[in-house]
Amino acid sequence: MINTQSFGLLPRSFFALLLGVLSTGLTFSLHAQENPYIVAYDHNLEEPGSLEVEYFSTFGTQRSGPDFHGFWGEFEYGATAWWTTEVYLDAQSTFGESTIFTGYRWENRFRPLKNEHFVNPVLYIEFENDNEADKILKEVEGHDVESNYAVPNAIARREKDRELEFKLILSRNYKGWNFTENTLAVKNLSNDPWEFGYALGAARPLTQKGASHRCNFCAQHFIAGVEMYGGLGDRYSFGLHNTSHYVAPGLAWNLPSGWTFRVEPTFGLNDLSHQFLLRWGASYEFSGFGQAVESLFKGRRE
Amino acid sequence: MKFYSCSLVCGLLLALIALAMPAQGKCDPKESESVYAELEKAPAKYQQMRNPMANDKDAPVAGGILFEEHCEGCHGKEAIGGKKAPTLRAPEVRNATPGAIFWILSNGVVRKKMPVWSKLPEPERWQLVSYLKALNTEKAKSGK
Repeated sequence: MINTQSFGLLPRSFFALLLGVLSTGLTFSLHAQENPYIVAYDHNLEEPGSLEVEYFSTFGTQRSGPDFHGFWGEFEYGATAWWTTEVYLDAQSTFGESTIFTGYRWENRFRPLKNEHFVNPVLYIEFENDNEADKILKEVEGHDVESNYAVPNAIARREKDRELEFKLILSRNYKGWNFTENTLAVKNLSNDPWEFGYALGAARPLTQKGASHRCNFCAQHFIAGVEMYGGLGDRYSFGLHNTSHYVAPGLAWNLPSGWTFRVEPTFGLNDLSHQFLLRWGASYEFSGFGQAVESLFKGRRE
Repeated sequence: MKFYSCSLVCGLLLALIALAMPAQGKCDPKESESVYAELEKAPAKYQQMRNPMANDKDAPVAGGILFEEHCEGCHGKEAIGGKKAPTLRAPEVRNATPGAIFWILSNGVVRKKMPVWSKLPEPERWQLVSYLKALNTEKAKSGK
């Protein structure tokens, strides 16, 4: 059963605003070239003025509790060519228990350097306001292990989880490949210690040349990759002890119409990890969203 | 709880300001000039680069499709210019070396809203260069 009380006013008014903006005359989309990563980030930011609306799912198996389906919506906006801002709305269904809204996140990514370099840094900062029932596994940090996710929703949702999350993203595009490394530091705003984590990724399109005819199924539209991520303990017990780790091969299909579909089977690498997660997602990119907002507030220009 | 509500409202306000930032109506001609000036900033190594797709007859066609998918939203149909970015049918682009255009594509002009397109593989970026060069050659021939 969906707990409607948990959804509150924010998502409804947010969706109303979004629908209003989208109905003001967005006519074309822009085809972005998205890598298949779901956890790792690369240094490619959203195009300025574009809004990418995304939906992702994580189906998770659990040995010590019921399986679950974590899902989230993302609204990713290119504020400038060097700043991307993003809002997440998280929810989950635990089979045999309930479906609940678990919280929101506000994320910002900044590209400090003007040009491409051998390695390109991006600074990431996120404010997270959710509860302990959150199961989207958007990142793995500290001593996150499978058994943490077995707590029944009714109990876990009572505990608030407000965190600031920082990432240093180091990424490079080289000969068609993307290589990325993310280092993660998280501070719970209560009195918990700093927690750490990592994510690594590599991806490449199936072919590097564009086709000379229009097609949806050409190899250039498919990007295959793999990512690996896990926790690195906390300030008092840094390292691999009592942490979980995952490896996930993935595929992204970037359609010329602006749609991107991603699928990523994920495998736990030790006994403390979920044995198997299946992640998938769909996104659509609206170009000219910034101008549509401008016309909403300032009126149309000749 | 009030603190978190306030932080949420502030966040949404900041997001709205951010939304308005790139939306500044028609592309300013002065800004266009400065964007073209970026072509001259390409390092000598890139200025001298030859287009490895120069002899590929399909390259401008493939580049045209890539342009529609990635660039037309800002630079307009067939690069005639749009609300967000200048025309690429300009003498500066016509006279630029293929390597300089490739360099701009690879590095963007981040402070002036032109994104980095290094996420496109190199052959696709060269196909785009072939398309832009063909477009400007056609224009020169037809005297438009």
